[in-house]
Amino acid sequence: MKKYSVFAIAREAMRGHKGWEEQWTSPEPKKEYDVIIVGAGGHGLATAYYLASEHGITNIAVLEKGWLGGGNTGRNTTIIRSNYLYDESAGIYDHALKLWDGLSQELNYNVMYSARGVMMLAHNVHDVQVFKRHIHANRLNGIDNEWLTPEEAKAFCPPLNISKEARYPVMGAALQRRGGTARHDAVAWGYARGASARGVHIIQNCEVTGIKRAANGAVSGVETTRGFIGAKKVGVVAAGHSSVIMNMAGVRMPLESYPLQALVSEPIKPVVPCVVMSNTVHAYISQSDKGELVIGAGTDQYVSYSQTGGLHILQHTLDAICEMFPIFTRMKMLRSWGGIVDVTPDRSPILAKTPVKGLYVNCGWGTGGFKATPGSGNVFAHTIAKDEPHPINAPFTLERFRTGRLIDEAAAAAVAH
Amino acid sequence: MLLIRCPYCEEERPELEFRNAGEAHIARPTNIAAESDDDFEKFFFIRANPKGVIYERWRHIHGCARFFNAVRDTVTDKFVMTYKAGEPKPAKLPGAPK
Amino acid sequence: MNAAFRISGAGRLSQAKTASFSFDGKPYTGIAGDTLASALLANGVHLVGRSFKYHRPRGFLSAGAEEPNALVQIVRDDARKTPNVRATVQELYDGLIANSQNRWPSLAFDVGAVNDIASPMFSAGFYYKTFMWPKWAWKDLYEPKIRAAAGLGVSPEKPDPDHYASRYAHCEVLVLGGGAAGIASAVAAAETGVRVILADEQAEFGGSLRFESGARIDGQDGYAWAQAAIARLKAMDNVRVLSRTTAFGYYAQNFVGLVERVSDHIKNPGRELARERLWQVRANRVVIATGAIERHMVFANNDRPGVMLASAARTYLNHYGVAVGRNVGVYTANDSAYAAAIDLKKAGVNIAAIVDLRDNPSGPVIDEARALGIEINFGRAVVSAGGKLRVSSMTVQPKNGGGGRTIPVDAILMSAGWTPSVHLFSQSRGKVAFNEESKRFVPGAYAQDCVSVGACNGADGLDATVDEAYAAGAKAAKEAGGKVGKGAKPKVDAGESWSRGMLGAGPGAGPGTTVKAFVDFQNDVTAKDIRQAVHEGMHSIEHVKRFTTNGMATDQGKTSNMHGLAIAAEELGKPIPQVGLTTFRAPYTPVTFGSIVGHARGALFDPTRRTATHGWAARQGAVFEDVGHWKRAWYFPKAGEGMHAAVNRECVTVRKVGGLFDASTLGKIEVVGPDAAKFMELLYTNPWEKLESGRCRYGIMLREDGFIYDDGVVGRLAPDRFHVTTTTGGAPRVMNHMEDYLQTEFPHLNVWLTSITEQWAVIAVQGPKSRDIIAPLVEGIDMSDEAMPHMSVREGKICGVPTRLFRMSFTGERGFEVNVPADYGEAVWEALWAEGQKHGATAYGTETMHVLRAEKGYIIVGQDTDGTVTPNDAGLDWAVGKKKTDFVGIRGLTRPDLVAKGRKQLVGLKTKDPKVVLEEGAQIVADPKQPIPMKMIGHVTSSYWSENCGRSIALALVAGGRDRMGQTLYVPMPNGTIEVEVTGMVFVDEKGERLNG
Repeated sequence: MKKYSVFAIAREAMRGHKGWEEQWTSPEPKKEYDVIIVGAGGHGLATAYYLASEHGITNIAVLEKGWLGGGNTGRNTTIIRSNYLYDESAGIYDHALKLWDGLSQELNYNVMYSARGVMMLAHNVHDVQVFKRHIHANRLNGIDNEWLTPEEAKAFCPPLNISKEARYPVMGAALQRRGGTARHDAVAWGYARGASARGVHIIQNCEVTGIKRAANGAVSGVETTRGFIGAKKVGVVAAGHSSVIMNMAGVRMPLESYPLQALVSEPIKPVVPCVVMSNTVHAYISQSDKGELVIGAGTDQYVSYSQTGGLHILQHTLDAICEMFPIFTRMKMLRSWGGIVDVTPDRSPILAKTPVKGLYVNCGWGTGGFKATPGSGNVFAHTIAKDEPHPINAPFTLERFRTGRLIDEAAAAAVAH
Repeated sequence: MLLIRCPYCEEERPELEFRNAGEAHIARPTNIAAESDDDFEKFFFIRANPKGVIYERWRHIHGCARFFNAVRDTVTDKFVMTYKAGEPKPAKLPGAPK
Repeated sequence: MNAAFRISGAGRLSQAKTASFSFDGKPYTGIAGDTLASALLANGVHLVGRSFKYHRPRGFLSAGAEEPNALVQIVRDDARKTPNVRATVQELYDGLIANSQNRWPSLAFDVGAVNDIASPMFSAGFYYKTFMWPKWAWKDLYEPKIRAAAGLGVSPEKPDPDHYASRYAHCEVLVLGGGAAGIASAVAAAETGVRVILADEQAEFGGSLRFESGARIDGQDGYAWAQAAIARLKAMDNVRVLSRTTAFGYYAQNFVGLVERVSDHIKNPGRELARERLWQVRANRVVIATGAIERHMVFANNDRPGVMLASAARTYLNHYGVAVGRNVGVYTANDSAYAAAIDLKKAGVNIAAIVDLRDNPSGPVIDEARALGIEINFGRAVVSAGGKLRVSSMTVQPKNGGGGRTIPVDAILMSAGWTPSVHLFSQSRGKVAFNEESKRFVPGAYAQDCVSVGACNGADGLDATVDEAYAAGAKAAKEAGGKVGKGAKPKVDAGESWSRGMLGAGPGAGPGTTVKAFVDFQNDVTAKDIRQAVHEGMHSIEHVKRFTTNGMATDQGKTSNMHGLAIAAEELGKPIPQVGLTTFRAPYTPVTFGSIVGHARGALFDPTRRTATHGWAARQGAVFEDVGHWKRAWYFPKAGEGMHAAVNRECVTVRKVGGLFDASTLGKIEVVGPDAAKFMELLYTNPWEKLESGRCRYGIMLREDGFIYDDGVVGRLAPDRFHVTTTTGGAPRVMNHMEDYLQTEFPHLNVWLTSITEQWAVIAVQGPKSRDIIAPLVEGIDMSDEAMPHMSVREGKICGVPTRLFRMSFTGERGFEVNVPADYGEAVWEALWAEGQKHGATAYGTETMHVLRAEKGYIIVGQDTDGTVTPNDAGLDWAVGKKKTDFVGIRGLTRPDLVAKGRKQLVGLKTKDPKVVLEEGAQIVADPKQPIPMKMIGHVTSSYWSENCGRSIALALVAGGRDRMGQTLYVPMPNGTIEVEVTGMVFVDEKGERLNG
């Protein structure tokens, strides 16, 4: 892998950028691999990358039915934070946050992790109680998260409306300064490049149609649109399609897949310096480096794989945005889109072994998976390599729905991810 | 915004009048207290989440307030049919090949 | 006075009515009917903007919504500055102020243009490869610089004083696009009598008839025919005609979003006019007649101001009477640019040369151009445009290479062919199909009840378009229930035909070249950028798009997508359909947030619910808090009192004398029917069958998983009638939860559920004097302790109106809750208040209510529980019927983790220092000396200063809490650790004697 740097760019500038190598190769699938990862999104590619870089397993295929990074990785609003309530959640998201910080250098690919701060607005007494509970828990877990008064919140994000006359006035905010955003495509591409350089095969346009199991019940490989590919270990990282893939191995999942929409505005000069989230009025906003306001909406109410949703959902979101930022009504929506988010009953992910030997699953990230990408891939790689979970993902089992040992961020916090 | 036919009101109304209520035909066990942990998990947490035809429940919450069942394609979001709560899962779907 | 480039006798605008305007502070004059673009062109102004990345000078590419370059800021006043407005769409009004964007210090001299010189460094995706060292510098140095350089216009700085309207509409046939096709469809559909809506984004209908000078329909000029047809449609009762209205989104089941620009073209719209109006239309059938968009030619420096689409130049001439230059070159790969050359030539503009990439084309337009004496060069290419702030020349070469010559020009008209506008069809989830012969994506398989007609459907020629459109309009109407129309199909006497074109880079910009031949103008994506992306392994068109940002600018690739795709396909050596097309997403053109939001701002953002006593409380100076949609009185400060003092006074007064509290927001549900008790047994953990009529019980409701879902006091009014109360926030979901079980799991039970939250105002009268306050106003109820003990309910009258009088207490004092019909709520409150005043009672708000209940250890679901708490955890095991064989949650409660040891249990906490009030949400540890991360064993759920106790009190969820009574635990805070003792949850009157006190 040729190193990227400003000097490399200068060198290539002299010769019309003809010397760049492919960021990842597009090989034909082999008959068999040590590990197959189903799904070349951020989590799947990160898993392959860490399997190769930390566990010495390089005979890996990452199978993708479409184009790499084309699912939720390339469709989300790129919010990164780790100020979760429960120790288990804080553990995995902060593991990810620590990896974010330094990921560009690790991958030699500028993923543009930008710790510009994530500010979550409180609009009522209940919000204040919940956020303070988070702040205290985070502090004792060594995770930064601080309380801001409405005036401090406005100083941090000047266009914010803190008028007492607002329908739901801002009563304060929780700020995680290490929170921020990253460039979603670059995350997928950076991991793809790193994995590919270590010998991982990324095979796009290759849809998994079945999971084969040997006589002893263990996984023996996958059927795909490009033929059978053998592997003793298969990691399913298929986001909205996790139920579909896991069904192929006879494992039924506690998941439902919903449409989640987002939109961007036309680009403007910098005006929103941080990420602002409000769960009470239901809106999330940040501004991309290109200048677009990036706005996340809530899910539609029904199960769907259509990657589209209703206009009324966006309407509600923009209502909320213009309530928080009344100066934005003259801004224009440029593009809207939808993804498919897989949601568990406790709104926490599943990263675990499964009842099928050799089959591992990483799913259920709901609306908040992007932020976990490096951490998720890192501990999932450990789980696959060692056939046992890393301590960080040990609580995120499938069994917890049987035992009742849920990690109920949604119930505990009434906070969307 | 979907357009949903309420089988009680017998007309199509916009989605805003309805609330989705999850997968249909998951009956609460009659002697639920005696269910095993596994069976309870299946009943309460495990969902089909199909890509394709889904049997789901809706409530016409801002209309007649009745719960009913619907068959919908989760890829196109098109409704195949709706029917009243308590009616059995349709043996054959309209438009399906014989 | 005529502007320099306005040609008298040309165009359709009257010169009589002028409009003055300014651009970058310089005054100009246009005429009524101009767009900002046509007015500027009439004044000879081409330079209007700077590009996104290289800050290259830019002019007008188009005359319509596809414009990528000519984006300006329109300023109405201080609060109404709109960024990124397409000058080609903005209609001129007298006094319009426009400014250019993304330049400093001036449009003609822009420092940012240094990027253009350094552009070899700024290749596609360069930012992924650098700005990584040192690590800190991305956030603090590089990113701020990049962000400041990026972005086009500037956000408004003040709240928008304009308002936005919103309408829902239904119709049988919705026609999108008002060119010849759309009009023909609308006419056919309208004649059947069904409801028709016809919408077009332009100010005037006609579409390409605006520039097609040769079109004749029904014996008239095409544009005149369109106006006459529109006039007839407007006169029909069943037709709604919407101009300036863009269909931006096609959603499920023929639900289409449109935005009408109501007043952006008016000088002083006044308050009565909305700025824009959102139309949300549900149509039985949709006819898509969105036309086609001309593509530019991809050659070096094809972005110089003055280089534009041939159809745009023709529109400026034939509609606006404006010549885009005096000495114009034409570069084309199809016939349609010839018509532009011919029209201009006839208007007196010199055509320097037509350069046609094709080898030996023939046809009537070519003959006509030749006959007019225009120089025509076949098999040649324009390989470069000269000039900087304005094109000055074009360099022409044989397309396969060879010596070139440079021809001075002041404008170049380009046409690479036409791209059908399949955006809305694709949004409807229809699948496009690639036509190999015409090199076009056209509608293939349909997913909804719609049909595409005309140029967007690949129809060639006006005749074919009108035929197809008329038939489709009639068919759609018939399918939607229309009668057979009695009109006649419009007859096309003369019209222009489409011809093929080319896709991708032209000669001189092909593989191996490094020239700046732009594909996407606004985002500065060149042909070589696309090739570089492919070269770097981006083999999917989605990757190419994202890596280069091709098609991601404000025009969303209307002119660039097909070129980008073709260049990528060529580089990959694959046929175009195999490389695929990027997805078309809503909106078709950018839509203001305001139009989507409509009136849902401020007070109308979300409904506000107020109780019957709200006005009284407000007059008393109450401070309110938001609880769900409700406004609840939080506390009632007297003059000079802060919250703390007010709450202390209220708390003490209630326990000493009494207090009035508005509890109306609590949810109330009436459960009625022969099986009401059976239903209650199933929905609540408690037993209900044996509860006597006239008595109350505190009930707990679980979800099936065993966690507390809601709670409240339930009164049994009669054997078959329960009056259930719920939490304020839980009311709707509890009702839904109950209905769900009743309708689907327990339909055999004969029970009716009615939400009565709004029917009854509820006044809690609590305290030792509560009975004395109420009794004088009550008729027909014996309120003695014997006749009406704690936890009982009676029906009777108060102040002459019906009441359901509960004896219950959420304070631990003797207490009542007076339910009266909501309309009498304020009157009864005032009467009770008058009685209360005699005893020195106080009004109290939610904060005091919280403190008083915490003093008694009564929980608040959602504060002391959080969806992971069982009745046992909350110390409420007594409320779970041990003999019951079924209730919702019975199985969930016995899951392994719910019966495990060490679960968090609700306990009381007392700080060692009684003056210290814990913070709610603070975390509890057993060992304060441990390093971070600490093992947290619980958290404070409720915490208050209790004036009645003379100390702070708190409730907390603590692991194994009930086994820790008397233990010292620790609450580490940023400024020190607080020691606490684990106690019981009751801080006042542990024996409960005051209930009868």
